[in-house]
Amino acid sequence: MKFLDEYRSEELANKIVAEIRRIVTRPWVLMEVCGGQTHTIVKYGIDRLLPQEVELVHGPGCPVCVTSLEMIDKAHAIARRPDVIFCSFGDMLRVPGSESDLLVLKSRGADVRVVYSPIDCLKIARANPTKKVVFFAIGFETTAPANAMAVWQAARQGVRNFSVLVSHVLVPPAMAAILQSPLNRVQGFLGPGHVCTVMGYHEYEPLAERFRVPIVITGFEPVDILQGTLMTLLQLENGTHEVENQYPRVVAREGNVVAQDFVQKVFEVCDRKWRGVGSIPASGYRLREEFAEHDAERLFDVREINTEESNICISGLVLRGVKKPHNCPAFGTLCTPEHPLGATMVSAEGACAAYYAYGRHLQPHPEVAAVA
Amino acid sequence: MGRANFGGIVKQVCLEYTPEVVKGDYVLVHVGFALSKVDEEEAARTYKLLEEMEQLGELDTPEMETDPPEWKKPFL
Repeated sequence: MKFLDEYRSEELANKIVAEIRRIVTRPWVLMEVCGGQTHTIVKYGIDRLLPQEVELVHGPGCPVCVTSLEMIDKAHAIARRPDVIFCSFGDMLRVPGSESDLLVLKSRGADVRVVYSPIDCLKIARANPTKKVVFFAIGFETTAPANAMAVWQAARQGVRNFSVLVSHVLVPPAMAAILQSPLNRVQGFLGPGHVCTVMGYHEYEPLAERFRVPIVITGFEPVDILQGTLMTLLQLENGTHEVENQYPRVVAREGNVVAQDFVQKVFEVCDRKWRGVGSIPASGYRLREEFAEHDAERLFDVREINTEESNICISGLVLRGVKKPHNCPAFGTLCTPEHPLGATMVSAEGACAAYYAYGRHLQPHPEVAAVA
Repeated sequence: MGRANFGGIVKQVCLEYTPEVVKGDYVLVHVGFALSKVDEEEAARTYKLLEEMEQLGELDTPEMETDPPEWKKPFL
């Protein structure tokens, strides 16, 4: 299809790899922010095409993976109620909470439904007036306009049995948290193309300046990823730290202003806890007070939740780019997509799931070693 | 609402956030919402720059798979 096939061109990919080999003079660590980019990289083996000086580490941009355990347990507590129809995107169903997951709850009789769009929940709510329909509104800035529209329409059309459990997260504060960590190794970023479709990329300019890191807003096809990598490496080699846009066919600097206005009407910025990372100030959205009647956290008493995380899973370190999936002793053995210990193994955008799906658990991993 | 063709599968898509879109445009869709119209001029410009990049040295040839398309063509 147009706008897709040309960005999967082998000839073009080879040209860019050759150019990367030509310009790189020393080791660099880059992070791709989005889980969608991670999947392209692992699927096409892009990390293995790059010269050994260039290391790609995988970022936190998987919404299901970073949704806090508390929030998942709250979702499960609500989904268990007999008066509730609990709606979610499909990849949340297998994410383990402290005790269970949504699919197990469904098998025990809970009314859990997968929806393609939050707007679908409004139809379900109208068709089931005696039930409370709750949507698990997770996601980054990319998903916020859709969730905002669902709440807005429910309020405007008086769909009073529809509410949302909001666990929205924002990319720039998470990038700042990664860069401030004493464990940080990241020297440049492939920025989140689809987040910037909504938000634009002006909010990344202060980050690039403050931390002196190049940030290249990058698309999701193999040629996009390679071009974004080349642009980031050119900046690193030249000692610059600017925000550049590899993905102008979709992303404008100002983003989608209509969508941003809508998001601002419905949501306000709040502190947010990220799974595996901890609380990050001003890193999420919550509903504004005027939409309280559609706020599931207020409607259902789910404040007192005790959580218990797996003590083996290293997904928190994977999400911050400190470790790779195969560094985990449970990867591909105790932890598989059928029996995930952590969210990074569940979601289609999780780094562990990507490594597993493309057979990385079956292959030996080359490690650098000194000859003694 | 409009209809978009996802490489053969036609779905209802909310066009509230892309009021400029007309029949035949390509859009980026996420969870049932068009978020951006694909800019054909920018696409052509990026591609031309890449094609003009000089071929240097010999390389291993990676196997490139194809994936189901994610670009959607709306017709209102």
